[in-house]
Amino acid sequence: MSPSVKTPEAKTKKPEDSFFKRLIRQQLFIPIAALLLLVVFNLIADPSFFTISLKENSLGNPVLSGNIISVLDNASELVILAIGMTLVTAASGGQDISVGATMAIAGSVILRMVCGGQITSDTMQMNLFLAVLIGAVVAMLFGAFNGALVAYFKIQPMVATLIMFTAGRSIAAWINNNQLPIINDIAFKYAGTFLPGIPVPTPIFITVLVIFIFWLAMKRTNLGLYTQSVGINANSSRLNGLDPKLIKLMTYVILGACVAVAGFIRVSRSGSINYSRIAENIEMDAILAVALGGNALSGGKFNIYGSILGAYVIQFLTTTLYKYNVPSTALPAYKAVVVIALVVLSSPVVREKMSGLKKRPAKTAKEVS
Amino acid sequence: MPSGIAVDKKNRLKSRAAMSDTNLLLLITVVVFFLLYLSAVLFLGGGYTKPQSFLNILNNNASLIVLACGMSIVMITGGIDISVGGVTCLVCMSCAVNLENQGGNIFTAILIGLGIGLAFGLVQGFLVAYLDIQPFIVSLAGMFFAKGMTTIISKEPVRVTNEGFLAVKEARITVPGLGSSNKLGEYIPAYVEVGVVVALLVVLALFFVLRWTKLGRAFYAVGGNNQSANMLGINVRRTKFLAHVLCSLLAGLGGILYFLHVGSGNVANGAGDEMNAIASSIIGGTLLTGGVGNVLGSFFGVLSLNTIKNIVSSLGFDEAWWSNITVAAMLCLFLIIQSVVLLRKNKK
Repeated sequence: MSPSVKTPEAKTKKPEDSFFKRLIRQQLFIPIAALLLLVVFNLIADPSFFTISLKENSLGNPVLSGNIISVLDNASELVILAIGMTLVTAASGGQDISVGATMAIAGSVILRMVCGGQITSDTMQMNLFLAVLIGAVVAMLFGAFNGALVAYFKIQPMVATLIMFTAGRSIAAWINNNQLPIINDIAFKYAGTFLPGIPVPTPIFITVLVIFIFWLAMKRTNLGLYTQSVGINANSSRLNGLDPKLIKLMTYVILGACVAVAGFIRVSRSGSINYSRIAENIEMDAILAVALGGNALSGGKFNIYGSILGAYVIQFLTTTLYKYNVPSTALPAYKAVVVIALVVLSSPVVREKMSGLKKRPAKTAKEVS
Repeated sequence: MPSGIAVDKKNRLKSRAAMSDTNLLLLITVVVFFLLYLSAVLFLGGGYTKPQSFLNILNNNASLIVLACGMSIVMITGGIDISVGGVTCLVCMSCAVNLENQGGNIFTAILIGLGIGLAFGLVQGFLVAYLDIQPFIVSLAGMFFAKGMTTIISKEPVRVTNEGFLAVKEARITVPGLGSSNKLGEYIPAYVEVGVVVALLVVLALFFVLRWTKLGRAFYAVGGNNQSANMLGINVRRTKFLAHVLCSLLAGLGGILYFLHVGSGNVANGAGDEMNAIASSIIGGTLLTGGVGNVLGSFFGVLSLNTIKNIVSSLGFDEAWWSNITVAAMLCLFLIIQSVVLLRKNKK
């Protein structure tokens, strides 16, 4: 069989693509299918999973509680990180594995600012907005450091960010002289828990706001187009008048800002920090979210909404596993099995086989004749 | 790019005149290691002049040396394997439970360790090479799985009291000609543990495989350029598959050596070793992009990494964070040296 014989055959086949085949080609097929699978599983196993009730929290405010709320609430940091990670992945064809460590740094800076250098503080010593801004600037500087190594020294992203991955938590501890500051001001915890009188957890609002900002940026600016073109071919985008190095650097700085927001949410949930455990392994989950969203980890075309959906799928899975009393230490083993199943299903080879299922009988008949 | 295969005479002469990337980066690593150790001897003196303190670096890191070698092979083919730390942990725990609760002996423990490594390698290699899934994601899942399985086997530390095992664990091989006198004037010969001998044999064996066998050259060719390797008639998928199998098998062996050193199964065993192995490989001159690297470099990478850790702690910066920050700074330095050297070379 020569290729010249094959091509016309393929051309005639194309318009006959079945609905099933077109469905599988969709980028969002995998995350949506995974989400549906989880929902159906929970519906069959225990429909009470989806109940949402109004309960009083320790402060006497009526708040919503239920598994769905907890998924939306706990996924906040992951969703925000996944957005930034998608841009970094698209532009530089690699991932930032230091986001967990940088979250620790941002959280440490914010706590040091609001505690005013003391170990425990009952009131905020500094305007919260200013403290978060300083934390964001620090996180963006670390992002710029990573980005500079990647863009100007041409070091592979995963290796370049290995530096901050190794040192980040140590730097976070060093910022507070290895002490664990605790803030008891209730106003500090608004961002991580509930605003007074509002029954929906605040992180959900922050996440929606971040998603909205990125939706606006994608719509109104060329951010998406430039990132994509640099990721697909840095040389040709340079010939078209873009500065690939600057754009790569910029995506890392944007990720830094996302990390700061995520770090702020995480520390304001409890008002304290544990340097070695805060946001542990979150970088792995964030990368997973990007991959689950159908984005190529080698860069190029990307879809932010796929990553967001991927992040919610991961949190949904985690919450489901917790509900069935899987101990938190054994959780990774179950997660790994699910992840492998998902990536095997979404791998190009298996996808091709699946979409070719209906085609095969016709082909063999032809070969026989 | 070093192609190694099918170079005509002209090219061979050229590449001999201009050093290949692999050798240049190896040279930098070796020089830096000797400078580091020399400065430690000169400025800190004391313990560093004793041969035993050098051999202790080997004793404590036999497992890491094996892991770093496996990592280098995968990195040379352009992949990565971050499951090695998890596999080490799982192997330690399985061997400990086998020896302690199931009445196994040291041979069954070794079989279990290698079996676990082989199983991880076969699955991960298949997924990476034949299903085209990104190695990072596959080995990430592998790491999660290994760590989760370890806690499912046992959450509590398992201490081994098996006599046959302890005999091997406590075995000391004295190095002739090296030793030092203690304060009482007694001469104490320097020793290494059994694991170090195994690790050194692994380094030598892999050095020969990478340099002089068909498979070894295929690793470089696949990492250097997938398509041209394919055109040279190399089975790219099979080569990648074998690289992952070899790496995980070495991770299993590394787990056995780790177990032999600490003598117990613990959930925290091998924590962070995947990053230490990657860092050692990079310091040793292996590039993550593939095609460039050397197991001898990885060996020196492990030594450099741990020498600097020792220096920092003997300078009085005892807190754990200083060691991490210096390791990161060293990694940063090496990455920049590598990138500058390679960028300048490619410009010529």
